[in-house]
Amino acid sequence: MHKLNIDEIKKDFPILNQKINGNRLVYLDNGATTQKPIPVIEAIYNYNTKSHGNPHRGAHQLSIRATEEYDLAKERVRKFINAESIEEIIFTRNTTESINLIAYSYGKEFINEGDEIVLAISEHHSNILPWQRIAKEKKATLKYMYLNDDGRIPIEEVKEKITENTKIVSIAHMSNVLGTIHPIEEIIDYGHKMGAIVLIDGAQSTPHINVDVQKLDADFYVFSGHKMLAPMGIGVVYGKKEILESMPPFLMGGDMIEYVYEDHASFAPLPYKFEAGTQNVEGAVGLRAAIEYLEKIGMDNIERHELKLVEYALDKMLSIPYVNVQGPKDLDMRGGIISFTIDDVHPHDVSTILDSYGVAVRAGHHCAQPLMRYLNLPATSRVSFYLYNTKEDVDQFIEGLKNVRKWLGYGS
Amino acid sequence: MDLSSIYTQLIMEHNRSGHNKRPLSNPDITERGHNPSCGDDITLQLKISDDIIEDASFEGVGCAISQASTSMMIDLIKGKSIGEALKLVETFIGMIKKEITNEEELEILEDSIVLQNISNMPARVKCAVLAWHTLKEALGQN
Repeated sequence: MHKLNIDEIKKDFPILNQKINGNRLVYLDNGATTQKPIPVIEAIYNYNTKSHGNPHRGAHQLSIRATEEYDLAKERVRKFINAESIEEIIFTRNTTESINLIAYSYGKEFINEGDEIVLAISEHHSNILPWQRIAKEKKATLKYMYLNDDGRIPIEEVKEKITENTKIVSIAHMSNVLGTIHPIEEIIDYGHKMGAIVLIDGAQSTPHINVDVQKLDADFYVFSGHKMLAPMGIGVVYGKKEILESMPPFLMGGDMIEYVYEDHASFAPLPYKFEAGTQNVEGAVGLRAAIEYLEKIGMDNIERHELKLVEYALDKMLSIPYVNVQGPKDLDMRGGIISFTIDDVHPHDVSTILDSYGVAVRAGHHCAQPLMRYLNLPATSRVSFYLYNTKEDVDQFIEGLKNVRKWLGYGS
Repeated sequence: MDLSSIYTQLIMEHNRSGHNKRPLSNPDITERGHNPSCGDDITLQLKISDDIIEDASFEGVGCAISQASTSMMIDLIKGKSIGEALKLVETFIGMIKKEITNEEELEILEDSIVLQNISNMPARVKCAVLAWHTLKEALGQN
């Protein structure tokens, strides 16, 4: 176990070295998107200056190099999440597209009238709306697992909601609002016992903790590149090979075919069956570089570093009487996200005021309106940490926080 | 950005006072306005007789900017004709969009002129205009 050398890490992120409204920028919106280190920016630059062509389509050198880069990235992703083969790794635009791919392709083929789809109430809209649509089309039932006061899903709730009629369970590994890490091992295990397949939305977990899809025994695991130092526009579906093989293609078009006739076609083998049209090769290249960067530092070290920041921030936030932390207030099964409200002040005002102190935080419903309604809150403010954040960042955030109410004319 | 030009005394007073935040009994028009991206959610109620807005109020949740803007608007439109109210809406939205900058033209907005600085804060523009769009909708002009 070694401490992260944050000073060295920070040098790799030129964007963080700037002032906002006269104050040092403190970027605490990593749950929304993360910043890119120089090795990622350089990898994309090098690809564009040396190797750019359309992959899988030509015998010329640039097309061959682009194909190699694309496949290397896929292999790197496979290794990162410990999938068995690259046939199980499909590139998409982002987590949203990944979930839509599964809902359309798997859902349309295998979900029937009377089947159940089970989600958690804390899901992001991207893990609710595709299932709402399939449920409506197929006359299936959408069911939600609810959280306890601590923001966690009790195992009794899992066992009550997942039944023998459940066809699919789809749940985030880590809540994007509360930072809770859900007990997905138990959920996957119980889902399988009931004969369901289980999709894990790893958008908030993959960037921050070790993920081993084989150890988890997840049927699907999805995530986005841009929340883990890579560019926007590259995302991943991991799916077990036998399940992916049973599914029809999602989008139809170039590169995903075997033979095409006037009135019918056969499709390419995995994973290309699910990758229609020209893909985002520079995004894949950036994702590969991002994974290499993260692995060099070590996912265990990143997780430990973020938990220390959460501990430090929670300690300070919980001691301020008008700050209300939502979700888990201890370090057990949680990641580097803290949602909170401030008495009498709307989260959007909190965000504007913190911005004037150079501190970037998210405000709003975090694309989780059903959760907000369940918590009986219109919105929250959210801080989310990453490997480049420091205790000094937390101090600047707390300093701003202590001034919020004053700006709105409240005593303290 | 100077926070004190945004969170002015007047805006804070309107945000906190709540003198226009109440239900009307037997309103003639009830209109809900919502900013889905941030959760500002207001319901505007109007009592209208002979083309005159006799009473107005609102309920709901939102940030200080949206709440103050709604309250100021209600103070302004009470006793005005529908035509006058619509003219005020047009002027306010013009001010926030920076399409109307002439001070004389803006004078009819009275206290609401303090919200002019919001036009420099793209992230908060929709908070300031919510109530005014809702009023326009309520008066059947959208």
